[in-house]
Amino acid sequence: MGPHLTIEPNDRSVGSAAAAAGKGVEMTSVLLGEGAHVAGSQADQLAAFDSAIAADERIEPRDWMPDDYRKTLVRQMAQHAHSEIIGMQPEANWITRAPSLRRKAILMAKVQDEAGHGLYLYSAAETLGTSREELLDKLHSGRQKYSSIFNYPTLTWADVGAIGWLVDGAAITNQVPICRCSYGPYARAMIRICKEESFHQRQGFELLLALSKGTEEQHAMAQDAVDRWWWPSLMMFGPPDDESAHSARSMGWKIKRHSNDELRQRFVDICVPQAEALGLTLPDPDLSWNEEREHWDFGPIDWEEFRQVLQGNGPCNEERISRRRQAHEEGAWVREAAAAYAAKKATKDHLPRDGGVRDGDKAEATVSAR
Amino acid sequence: MTRSDARAPYGAGPLDSPLLPLADDALVLSHRLGEWAGHAPVLEEELALANIALDLLGHARALYSELGDEDELAYLREERAFRNCQLVEQANGDFARTMIRQLFFSAYQELLYTQLAALGHPLATKAVKECEYHRDHAEHWTLRLGDGTEESHARAQRATDSLWRFTGELFLPLGPGGPGGTPELDGPDLVGAVDWDALRRSWTDRVTGVLDAATLTVPTTEQHGAWAAGAGRQGLHTEPFGRMLAEMQHLHRSHPGASW
Repeated sequence: MGPHLTIEPNDRSVGSAAAAAGKGVEMTSVLLGEGAHVAGSQADQLAAFDSAIAADERIEPRDWMPDDYRKTLVRQMAQHAHSEIIGMQPEANWITRAPSLRRKAILMAKVQDEAGHGLYLYSAAETLGTSREELLDKLHSGRQKYSSIFNYPTLTWADVGAIGWLVDGAAITNQVPICRCSYGPYARAMIRICKEESFHQRQGFELLLALSKGTEEQHAMAQDAVDRWWWPSLMMFGPPDDESAHSARSMGWKIKRHSNDELRQRFVDICVPQAEALGLTLPDPDLSWNEEREHWDFGPIDWEEFRQVLQGNGPCNEERISRRRQAHEEGAWVREAAAAYAAKKATKDHLPRDGGVRDGDKAEATVSAR
Repeated sequence: MTRSDARAPYGAGPLDSPLLPLADDALVLSHRLGEWAGHAPVLEEELALANIALDLLGHARALYSELGDEDELAYLREERAFRNCQLVEQANGDFARTMIRQLFFSAYQELLYTQLAALGHPLATKAVKECEYHRDHAEHWTLRLGDGTEESHARAQRATDSLWRFTGELFLPLGPGGPGGTPELDGPDLVGAVDWDALRRSWTDRVTGVLDAATLTVPTTEQHGAWAAGAGRQGLHTEPFGRMLAEMQHLHRSHPGASW
């Protein structure tokens, strides 16, 4: 398990205006209530923000930032965090059935990493003043989304490999540029996440390779999984550039660095030789090398399926979100107990009582008589 | 070891090693904890439960490797050939049941591995630190649940009362003279040298101390079931265990001889 991401307060302010505003966010909102004088200072702050973006500097939690920039980041980080924790489900589906102890250990560690990524990302979102509880509530009530790819089922063991190779592969292609995202905490979280994801991608590849080179049944299992996961993986890059709602502005803010179609092409170009190395076929008769473009051409994507899954009609939308809600509801009494216990511990008139717990724990284990 | 050996409930060889019950304990509890993945009550516990499950799986794999092929031992034995204690095979139930089970087992495993480490067993030396962390985690949750809300207290007490009867089995000596082994073992019989009475006393002190601090009542009921045939160490398990194994083993067994 990797250590938790620590969000360190960063005193470096963006530009002179932000430095003059002192403590960033809170100070700004106070100033904004003060009329005409403020309009000038807000313009200065915006200018400082813009020049920091232009100079490829990082924006930090205490720096001034436009509301829409903040909202866009929260939306994107939340969706990413939600994808990590919903994404645990299709893979956890195979932990109890992993066919060797080595594979069981690898899969458990991978699912654990995803929980860790969820934690980093919720923590990064917290630096923008949005709590994990608030974001989870939005997920559970359907007001925030997670990646549609996790609305597809894991039907065989090979799907675990296909998710690692293709889904994590696509995620890395999407996410590596975010390591250079203009918002510091998000960029730093992504550096760690991408390292772990690339490990997962290699493990997925290796799992599929073992199947592909295994028995006839194992090879067929691997091919079937790739057949089912290939097109949904290409959809992970989002709609084509001319239909993408948020792309242009996010690119201007350097939250996003490459367009959906650029990244999709990059992913296809990476996968074609890897599929060959695996001895598996990508399910697209139109795949062909284009000498002129120096890229692989590929067939049309079924965007109607993408829209349907996005709208909730995918094979597992209902199951994924119900299971998440159920876990949250069933865990409520545990969280309440932890909070109640912490509150009791914090109460000063606690009666000390020796519980026989080891010395180091005594302070914490001291509890009042009921 | 051949596959037919692995399936035989009794016989000479790895199945009679006193290390086998320890390996089986670790594998089975790891599997149970793995069942929590994706629906723990809070994200931090997704990490913690998986961490403990991975540590235990690591212990199991290291021990199995000393005895033979890890996958043959895990996937090709049937229910009666497993020597894990019944405590670890109990279904997860609610989070309180999982944590009380963890408290009972990790306190035992830590004490046992501490003794084995003192006798020079290399795995135990490495594992004992992990066991200490597992026990510490379970103790903290026992305190929170026992002394948290009325509901959590009731759930933790119910779990304690219900799992208590599986704890006596933990102190049956493994190795020569005990139900888990024979004197004809290869190498030094480390488990046979364990002071089981001291282990029981320390476990009881530790666990009753935690339950007491958590405002839970220590059960006064029997720590053993009434079945004279024995329990997990003799290969006699509870009904949920067969279903657990069926799920764990089905894919491996569906492709005989395949590599993964």
